[in-house]
Amino acid sequence: MNRTWIILGATSSMARAFARAVSQEGAGVLLAGRDSEDLAALAADCRLRGARIAEAVAFDARRPDGFAAIIQRMEAEEGELNAAVFVGSMPEQAAIDADPSLIDGTVTDSFTGPARFLQMLAPLMEARGGGTVVGVASVAGDRGRLGNYVYGAAKAGFATYLSGLRNRLTRAGGHVVTVKPGFVDTAMTWGLPGMFLVATPEKVAEDIQKAVRKKRNVIYTPFFWRYIMLIIIHIPELIFKKMKI
Amino acid sequence: MLWKSADYSGWGRVLQAKGEIARPERQAALAALLDDGLLPAMGMRRSYGDAALNSDGRAVDMTRLDRMLGFDPETGILDVEAGARIGEIAAAFGPKGWLPAVMPGTGFATVGGCIGQDVHGKNHHHAGSFCEHVVSLTLRTAKGVVEVTPEKTPALFRATAGGLGQTGVILSARLRLLPCKGDVMVVTERRMADWEEFIAHLDTSRATYTVGWIDATAKGAALGRGVLEEGETGSGLMPQRIKRRKVPLDAPNFALSSPIVRMFNGAYYRRVPEKGRTVVRPISDFFFPLDKIHDWNRLYGKRGFHQFQCVVPLDQAPALRDMLGEIAGSGLASPLAVIKRMGPGRAGYLSFPMEGYTLAVDFPDRAAARELIKHMQARATEVGGRIYFAKDSLARPEEIPAMYPELDLWRKEVTKADPEGRLATDLVRRLKLRVAK
Ligand SMILES: Cc1cc2nc3c(=O)[nH]c(=O)nc-3n(C[C@H](O)[C@H](O)[C@H](O)COP(=O)(O)OP(=O)(O)OC[C@H]3O[C@@H](n4cnc5c(N)ncnc54)[C@H](O)[C@@H]3O)c2cc1C
Repeated sequence: MNRTWIILGATSSMARAFARAVSQEGAGVLLAGRDSEDLAALAADCRLRGARIAEAVAFDARRPDGFAAIIQRMEAEEGELNAAVFVGSMPEQAAIDADPSLIDGTVTDSFTGPARFLQMLAPLMEARGGGTVVGVASVAGDRGRLGNYVYGAAKAGFATYLSGLRNRLTRAGGHVVTVKPGFVDTAMTWGLPGMFLVATPEKVAEDIQKAVRKKRNVIYTPFFWRYIMLIIIHIPELIFKKMKI
Repeated sequence: MLWKSADYSGWGRVLQAKGEIARPERQAALAALLDDGLLPAMGMRRSYGDAALNSDGRAVDMTRLDRMLGFDPETGILDVEAGARIGEIAAAFGPKGWLPAVMPGTGFATVGGCIGQDVHGKNHHHAGSFCEHVVSLTLRTAKGVVEVTPEKTPALFRATAGGLGQTGVILSARLRLLPCKGDVMVVTERRMADWEEFIAHLDTSRATYTVGWIDATAKGAALGRGVLEEGETGSGLMPQRIKRRKVPLDAPNFALSSPIVRMFNGAYYRRVPEKGRTVVRPISDFFFPLDKIHDWNRLYGKRGFHQFQCVVPLDQAPALRDMLGEIAGSGLASPLAVIKRMGPGRAGYLSFPMEGYTLAVDFPDRAAARELIKHMQARATEVGGRIYFAKDSLARPEEIPAMYPELDLWRKEVTKADPEGRLATDLVRRLKLRVAK
C-alpha cells in the first residue's frame, strides 16, 4: 500500500521520532514546518531510513494562505493520505498575563491553524476513502490549570475538533486518533522543574503507531496518564479552584 | 528552557558532576549557543569515567543532533550528525549491505564520542581504529566552523581523533562504511582452556571479527581460560528481537560478590560445548551484547564501578598474564572481562590502540579494587603499554606522558583550536592533559 504522511510541526522531537518510525515502514513523508534547513536534514535522514519519499514543505500555522499548495502537493501522491499534527506553542502563562495578545498566536498554533489545514484536507481524504489523522492534543486540555490554561484551552478546543473530525471521516473509511501526551522529554520540557515519569519521544511515537494500527480513538501516552487525568478531572471544582498543581 | 541543572556521571557512576547542560535539537540552536563561547560536548556518556563531565561548568549534549544527512552508494560514504548513535547507523545500513567500519561494544555510543575516543572494535586487527575511516569532519573551533580532513589539515585531524573533544565541537562527520554480506552474524565460539591456548588462538585467528571473553576469577592451571568468539557477517533472516530489559533498581552490593561471580563465570564458560559451536545471531547481539539490558550499570549498585583497560606491546603478553593472575587472586573482578589482539591502527596523537594485547576488566568500586587498578596502571606503563581514557577514572597525571608520547603535539594543536581553554573537562583537568609540564 502506497502511504504518505504529512507531518505538521516536523521539527519537534516527537514528530521527528514519528517521521522516522513511519519511514522505516517505507511510507512517504512530507515534513512541514518553518525551519527549512532543519527539515532538509530530517528529510535526508528519513530517506536513509527507508522512506519512499521525504520532502521538506514550508508550513506556518499562522499563514493559512500557504495551505492550499501543501494540499496540492499531497494530492500528487497516489494511495493513502495521512496527516499527523504536532504543532502548538506554549508561552509561559506569566508572559501571557503580561501581554494578553499572546493568546491569539497560541490558539492559532495549537488549534485553529492546524484545524483549518485539516478542514481543507478532509475532502481529499474522503475522496480517497481512507487514511488517518493523528492529532496531538495534551493532558493540559483536560482541565484548566493555573500554570497553563491558555495553552490548555487551545488544546481542549483542538481535541474537541478532532472528535468531530473523527465522526466525519469515519463515515468515509478514514480515522482520527487523538493523542494526549503527558510529560515528554523534548526541548519544551528540558530543564523544567517538577517533571516526573518523563517519556522519550520514541516511546510516544511507538504508542501513536500502535494506536493508528488498532484504530484507537483517544490515547494517553504513556498510558498511565489516563488514570492521572481521571483523578484530576474528578477533583470537585470547589477544591480544585484552590489547588496549585 | 535552554539550561538544565543536572547531577550527572559517566557510565561507571563513580565520578560525578554537577552543572548546566543544554541539549539543542537543531543545528541553528547549537550554533547560537556556541556563539557565546565554546562548550565541551558530550555524547551518550558511555565513557566510564570523567571524559564527558564538566563539574561546575556548562556542557552541550549532542544526542538530539542525530540525523543521517546523505549516503553515496558508489563510495560508501555516509554524512552524519555527530549525535547519531552507531547502533542506529548499523540498523539502518546493515540490511542494505553496509556497516560502520568500526563499532565499539555499545551501539549507544555516538559518532562524536567514537571520534573523541578514536574507538576500536572487534575487527581492530584488520580495520584499525574508528577515525581511520573518517573522511572528513566539520568542527566548530574558537575560529569558527572548519572542515577537517586527514590530508588537508593533518595536525588538527590527529589532535581531534581521540582528542577528547578538546579541539572543538564536532558537528558532523563523513564516515566510510564497510560493505558487509548482510545483517546477521555467523559466530564460532570455542572454549580456551588457559592463557597459552588463548594467546595462541588470538595470534592465529583469521576471522574478520575476533574477541575473547576471559574468566577473570579462574586461577592456577585455569588462569586465562575463557571463550574465543570469531564472527563473519552473513545474509539471511533473523527475527529482530526488540524486547529490551531494564534494570529498575540499583542492585545490592552482594550481587557481584566473589562466589556469585565465580559461579556465573563457570556456567558461562560451560555454556559453550567442549568442542565449540557455530551459531547465527543478529548483528546487534554480537556487537552490542549488553545493550539489550538498559542501564545495566545499575547492577553494580549505587557505589558504581570501574573498568580497567590497558594495552601492552606484543612481546609483553607475559606481563599481561601476571596482571590477570593478580586480578584472579584478588577475587574482586566482575564477570565482564575481555581480551583482544590489536593491530597497529590509530588515527590520533592520543589514540589508545597500539599493536599488542588489550585486557579490559570491570570492578565494583571498592578501596581494594582502586588500589589494584592503580597498581596495574603503573605496570602497564612500565612495560610500554597504556591505559584507555574512555575507561579511566583513577590514573595519575605523571603517568600520562610516558603512555602517550605524542602528548605535546596534541597540546600544541589544542591550544590553537581552543586558546581560552573553554573545552576542558574533568578528565582533562584531573590528568593535567592540557597543562604543559
Ligand atoms: C558497554 C560498553 C562497551 C564499550 N566497548 C568499547 C569498545 O569495544 N571499544 C572502544 O573503543 N570503546 C568501547 N567503549 C567505550 C565507548 O565506546 C566510548 O567511551 C565512546 O566514546 C562513547 O561514546 P559517547 O557518545 O557515549 O561519548 P561520551 O562518553 O559522551 O564522550 C566521549 C568523549 O568524546 C567527546 N565528544 C563526544 N561528542 C562530541 C562531539 N560532538 N564533539 C566533540 N567531542 C565530543 C566528549 O567530550 C568526551 O571527551 C564501551 C563502552 C561501554 C559502556
